[in-house]
Amino acid sequence: MSDTTMTEEKPKKKIGMAKPPLPAWMDYGVLPLVNILFALFISGIIIWLIGINPFEALEWLIIGSLGGSYELGYTLYYTTNFIFTGLAVAIAFHANLFNIGGEGQAYVGGLGVGLLILAVDQYLPFWMILPLAIMASAAFGAAWASVPAYLQAYRGSHIVITTIMFNFIASALMTYLLVDVMRGKGQMSPESREFAEAGHLPFMHEFMANFGFDLASTPLNVTFFWALICCVFLWLFIWRTRWGYEIRSVGANEPAAVYAGVNPRRIVMMAMLISGGLAGFVGMNEIMGVHHKILLNFVSGYGFTGIAVSHMGRNHPVGIILASLLFGVLYQGGAELAFEYSEFTREMVVTIQGLIILFCGALAYMTKPFVANIYYAITLPRNGKEA
Amino acid sequence: MTNQSSPSSAGTAIELSGISKAFGPVQANSDVNLSVPKGTIHGIIGENGAGKSTLMSILYGFYEADSGEVFVNEKKVSIRNSNDAIATGIGMVHQHFMLVDTFSVLENVMLGAESGEVLKDSIKKAETELTRLEKEYGLHVPIHSLIEDLPVGQQQRVEILKALYRGAEILILDEPTGVLTPQETDQLFKILEALRDQGVTVILITHKLREIMAITDNVSVMRHGTMVAHRKTSETDREELAELMVGRKVRTKADKQKAQPKETKLKVENLSVFDQFNVARVDNVSLDLRAGEIVGIAGVSGNGQSELLEALSGIEAVSKGSFTLGDITIDADNPKNAKEMRDLGLAHVPEDRLHLGLVPSFSAHESSILGYHRDKEFNGPILSKVGNIVNYCARIMNDFDVRPQDPSLKSANFSGGNQQKLILAREMDRDPPILLVGQPTRGVDIGAIEFIHQQIIAMRDAGCAVLLVSVELEEIMSLADRILVMFEGRVVGEIEADKADEKILGLMMANAHKTSPDGEITA
Repeated sequence: MSDTTMTEEKPKKKIGMAKPPLPAWMDYGVLPLVNILFALFISGIIIWLIGINPFEALEWLIIGSLGGSYELGYTLYYTTNFIFTGLAVAIAFHANLFNIGGEGQAYVGGLGVGLLILAVDQYLPFWMILPLAIMASAAFGAAWASVPAYLQAYRGSHIVITTIMFNFIASALMTYLLVDVMRGKGQMSPESREFAEAGHLPFMHEFMANFGFDLASTPLNVTFFWALICCVFLWLFIWRTRWGYEIRSVGANEPAAVYAGVNPRRIVMMAMLISGGLAGFVGMNEIMGVHHKILLNFVSGYGFTGIAVSHMGRNHPVGIILASLLFGVLYQGGAELAFEYSEFTREMVVTIQGLIILFCGALAYMTKPFVANIYYAITLPRNGKEA
Repeated sequence: MTNQSSPSSAGTAIELSGISKAFGPVQANSDVNLSVPKGTIHGIIGENGAGKSTLMSILYGFYEADSGEVFVNEKKVSIRNSNDAIATGIGMVHQHFMLVDTFSVLENVMLGAESGEVLKDSIKKAETELTRLEKEYGLHVPIHSLIEDLPVGQQQRVEILKALYRGAEILILDEPTGVLTPQETDQLFKILEALRDQGVTVILITHKLREIMAITDNVSVMRHGTMVAHRKTSETDREELAELMVGRKVRTKADKQKAQPKETKLKVENLSVFDQFNVARVDNVSLDLRAGEIVGIAGVSGNGQSELLEALSGIEAVSKGSFTLGDITIDADNPKNAKEMRDLGLAHVPEDRLHLGLVPSFSAHESSILGYHRDKEFNGPILSKVGNIVNYCARIMNDFDVRPQDPSLKSANFSGGNQQKLILAREMDRDPPILLVGQPTRGVDIGAIEFIHQQIIAMRDAGCAVLLVSVELEEIMSLADRILVMFEGRVVGEIEADKADEKILGLMMANAHKTSPDGEITA
């Protein structure tokens, strides 16, 4: 037996001990896939019970979300929001913080970008507004996260509780601002005025038309590219900078981080500010990219779904992109299904989403023993004889 | 390989024949034979990972062997869980006690062995039985005290009582002395001898040669999952056993020249550290640490040594008093964090490597820069220089013979000794003027211990001021030039290493020594 690869832990239990760990492609590839198939299988039974052929439904789900530039446009528009909120949850998670406040941070991020554009859209050109808008949405999202972060770092209030409360506060604040402060005279709906052209992000169909592509008109806009850029930046930040190193060390082993001279309080602040900033970009996508005015309830659950996205994506940007795409497909394909079948209500879409979250999140490791045993049955006898 | 017959042999208590056990590709036990005569104390010695614990876990029913047979009292048995083990008369005292702290001794002994539905009858029965056991084996424990109020040595006796109460005739003790003072160890050995004289068979698992020589009748040596030798203790010696364990010659005592101490590098004055309940964990400690010497701090663990190291290294805040490095003084008003202490030239090998010394989920190269991760060498303006970090890690792994030499392997997947070597390599690589070392060889194999001791002495000879905290007296005595003993947060005595022996240190650790007016320490 090689004494170089054994840890010194004494065997205490006989369950699941001392088998070699599963390779990464099993853990990150096969296992989530098996979980999704499980979720789809149960969904299929439910769909069959309400009298719809599940295979037809699956076909509609896929065609309805990926079948053409219109469907794909909507899917990627949802995906954009999920990427931002997923990344936001992930960065906090690397510092061992559970940011439930993506919803409120996105909401306030939208307020930030909206206020900026309302202030400058008459005077500045688009190319000057764009960097300011990125900063404004991040700054407002981060500011909204900073209070719970401070309370966690310096006063010991639990971040889960405070971020949830800040979602409600954000909601109340926005309602107040839109109803009582920003609503124009004689205007019925609680909205700001429409932004001038300089405050609009180009839609993807407009943007791609410059390169000769003819895409259907959808809410998808160039924020999608920014989401992908954020994934790259965040990956570099977490795994290729000393700050990311410190965040991960605090998250994985706080005493060791203190031993290394890292101040965990500063790390809590740093991770939460970045987290809030990323969530704030949802506001940019919605306010500057789609609606072109500040309005109520544009976040509509993206912040909460980000938790599932990040968890499914194992807090890694690549995983988050894939998980966001999956949820984008479910949102868009589900809407198409509801349109196609009268029995298939909006609630059914939520049910399927719930099943996916259940199997990939809460029960993520339920199938692991099965999958692992199959894997070992295939691979181990050979290795065993070699040894 | 058969065991030599013992003079007091009245048949065999345990016979293992051809036991093999594999975990995946790892062969933890292969074709192990063992025969333990009744009424003897049998030592099983081997390095960490040699397969001792696996073998005993098979005997106690935690694991099932892949092949081989187990005989208890010359009858073939199949032990599938600890209930089977207890039914066949095997009791186990674990390294970490399995006691309910808020229960009394009596309640702990009864737990799981109550008779009938009404507790009153069980209590009566247990009380009678415990009194009998106490008389028979000299196992004195206040049976109505809560476990949390008892010293560790007595808690261990409760574990032994538990096993005997359940009718154990064969007692397995897994590294029983790790938590005991020398005096408590002696008492434990007396109890074990009394048990043997009453016919109980004792199997003692340890990696300490001293204990094997002191108490056992027979000894079996394991290496890499196999039994490499069985000896009568009276016919072997430490050198032979050490060689059998490691598979090559080892020096059990570090060689070193006399220290050549120079200027004071670290001056600690009346340092106190209070915990959250305002209890002094470090209580008014003063000491000087000079270049070119190793000052050892002995003491039973939990007497303030950890807090002292943490205060000096900037992890824990100083509550009162101060310490000075060069012209920098650190006290409650001028705190420095661990990074700043490192910048002042103080390196720290922490006591608990998995908790403080590295991040188990990090790769080795990430752990190899912990605390130095902001150095220019490893960082560009924004991005880290991963290539430099990996090369650096490979270099220090090579210097300190860390195996496997794979910078991308997860830190948790190295053996304890190799994790420790990686941390030592990291902390020693920059030739710090001051080095704090806590428990440098805890859970480390004999071969690696030798290497680590050589490295620490080499640091001293190069002019480093070394402060060594260890609960292993042998280690303190073989490395330190001066020895301070801590008890309840205070330094209760200082003694030159060449005047110290285990007896006097043991008394100092229990604060039971006498100091004459001129500072001479005597029993």
